[in-house]
Amino acid sequence: MTFTAEQALNWISKSNEKIQDNKDYLSELDQAIGDGDHGINMARGFDEVVKKLDGNDYGQVADVLKDAAMTLMSKVGGASGPLFGTAFLKMSMAVKGEETVAYDAFVKGFEDAVAGIKQRGKAEEGEKTMVDVWSPVVERMKDADDFDASVIRDNAQSSMEATKDIVATKGRAAYLKERSKGHLDPGSVSSYYIFEALAESLAEGA
Amino acid sequence: MATVGIVIISHSEKVAGGVKDILEQAVGQVTVEAAGGTEDGEIGTSLEKIQGAIENVHSAQGTVVFYDLGSAKMNAEIAIEMLELDNVHLAEAPVLEGAYLAAVEASMGRSLDEIVSALEKEY
Repeated sequence: MTFTAEQALNWISKSNEKIQDNKDYLSELDQAIGDGDHGINMARGFDEVVKKLDGNDYGQVADVLKDAAMTLMSKVGGASGPLFGTAFLKMSMAVKGEETVAYDAFVKGFEDAVAGIKQRGKAEEGEKTMVDVWSPVVERMKDADDFDASVIRDNAQSSMEATKDIVATKGRAAYLKERSKGHLDPGSVSSYYIFEALAESLAEGA
Repeated sequence: MATVGIVIISHSEKVAGGVKDILEQAVGQVTVEAAGGTEDGEIGTSLEKIQGAIENVHSAQGTVVFYDLGSAKMNAEIAIEMLELDNVHLAEAPVLEGAYLAAVEASMGRSLDEIVSALEKEY
């Protein structure tokens, strides 16, 4: 199996639907431990991404991801823009030139994305950030031999839920110290939607 | 001869514009651009605005960039990497005070390196 530009478009479109549907929920999560604008920012950014991609004819997965990345960086406004933008940009660079992306290259794209998020956000695992979803999910993707929608979705969900028990040491939530415990990390929840959307686009095939 | 350019990045269009106003009035001979807010003028930062501002002030003398909060720094870093320009320095200093110092130094014809070390010494 390979990953196609059409699937990439489906992935982004499904990510957008989930983020729009959960816009208020994401902002509520962010009001508890952040500055409260995560839902608004992500919803605005993905809405613009879908507008940008709509009606274009994409030959390569890399082009879809690059347009998504640039739009997120320009339109989101908050910290999520450069972070999610960097993730999509690194993936785009890793799969550039290939019309359909084989599993090895696909996983390499995600590894580069994790490295990019960590470098850009100066974050590591265990700090209650989106890294706590991206890193474990991509580790499991590396262990697998082929695209596996349920592995991606299940790991993204359990990793997202696990952020509840972490004490934040990065970002705005770090000011709350112990009080950040008991709350889900908003960036991890939106990352979960993105992986859930990816799993659905893989399950539906090309 | 061109002087070192200054870019003010803030989450607020008004803050970035206000800092620019202060520098222009208080220092005068200074090349400064503001990149504040999102494209719609909301609170946030815009990669495109930042890139445009850097391009507008940049010369062979170089540019020093100031930012206010974390995500502004990330977008500033991305903008600098993507423009692939030499001599663009992202300053770790208070936006207004740092930019004021840089503007005074730049107006006296100081080089980018001299301005950067003055900022590092002060902050």
